[in-house]
Amino acid sequence: MSENIIEIDDDAFESEVLKSNLPVLVDFWAPWCGPCRAIAPTIEALEKSYAGKIKFVKVNVDENPLTPTKYAIQAIPTLIFFKDGQIADQITGMVAKAKLEEAIEGIL
Amino acid sequence: MKQTDYDLVIVGGGPAGLTAGIYAARARMNVVLYEKAAPGGQVIVSDWIENYPGFPDGISGYDLGEKMLNQAKNLGLNIEIEDVTSIQVDGEIKTVNLGKKSVSTKTVIIVSGASPKKLNIGESQFMGKGVSFCATCDGPFFRDKTVVAVGGGDTAVQESIFLTKFVKKLYLIHRRGELRATKILQERAHKNDKIEIVWDSVVSGMDGLFAVENVRVRNIKTGEEKDIKAQGCFIWIGITPNTAFLGDVLKMDDGGFIYTNENMETSVPGIFAAGDVRTTPLKQIVTAVGDAAIAVMSAEHYIENMQD
Repeated sequence: MSENIIEIDDDAFESEVLKSNLPVLVDFWAPWCGPCRAIAPTIEALEKSYAGKIKFVKVNVDENPLTPTKYAIQAIPTLIFFKDGQIADQITGMVAKAKLEEAIEGIL
Repeated sequence: MKQTDYDLVIVGGGPAGLTAGIYAARARMNVVLYEKAAPGGQVIVSDWIENYPGFPDGISGYDLGEKMLNQAKNLGLNIEIEDVTSIQVDGEIKTVNLGKKSVSTKTVIIVSGASPKKLNIGESQFMGKGVSFCATCDGPFFRDKTVVAVGGGDTAVQESIFLTKFVKKLYLIHRRGELRATKILQERAHKNDKIEIVWDSVVSGMDGLFAVENVRVRNIKTGEEKDIKAQGCFIWIGITPNTAFLGDVLKMDDGGFIYTNENMETSVPGIFAAGDVRTTPLKQIVTAVGDAAIAVMSAEHYIENMQD
């Protein structure tokens, strides 16, 4: 896993995501989810391209039930883009890298 | 012979694509594989695979996909995450467009696979809010809940059985009076106390305030409708090929599957297709990988016989 994508827990969500100065892409995942593991390298590549412009974090939904419940997540992988503490975009399921780039460009 | 960026471009990174990559890498072809999202293909959402030889105890779809990927990488296959947006044919040279750039190649193998078919009864508003195509991804969110599953083939029955690890009750809605799934799966479904099969029926609608609360089921013989209180709706009613990017470059059937002959040749010389994307009588990993090996052999023959 890329060391630049930090794994955060329920307690850190507010400070790391909602109060972040940069926009944040939160990757909700779990070890038992094949597509979540499969897209991880793509997300790491995007992190390298957009370093300094958008912050990337991961939330393991198995270990952190509160945050997924708060955002009514019933499917993973789910990517939620936060800007100034608000949801700016949301993508559920495996999508093309080009779609993810488009979504990131859309919130920058 | 004309100069091109590649001998072979492989479009898609599922089992057929990775197998084509393995064969092409071993043949020392100048090859690249483009995958739009993540290598693995449909297999990575499958909970358990027990009809692919060599794994006597079965293997998870993700693990099988990862092994194929690692095998291709170990042989030096060049894999890039790129979305192929179109292909142009100019005699023997093909141009593969990738949005921001394009590459030229002598041959192309289309292995772009297929995606789950939708019901088209307004379920898209509930995507990720109860509607799912992936039991291994989303099953754990439905612990102790009631769900509906739609379909009667291998995928529907296999994944329904997997879901019963989590759910309290599963209604399997099937449009016919008997399942199409292979017998061993039917036996397991019939023995499973949590599964109730609703015969001769289709899902005609669903509703809920923020997420699925209610799934409407219509008996196609009697026309009678009933509501099932369910928090999830898993859809496995077949697949639709990922061929929209091809436009009308290749001949396809009415469903968009690419016509090929037994050498995996399409209607355009130098373009081949393999796996679920073509008009194959059986859509399995084991047939997809066989197709792919043949497609690479045909691509090599095509290059050997090129005119200029």
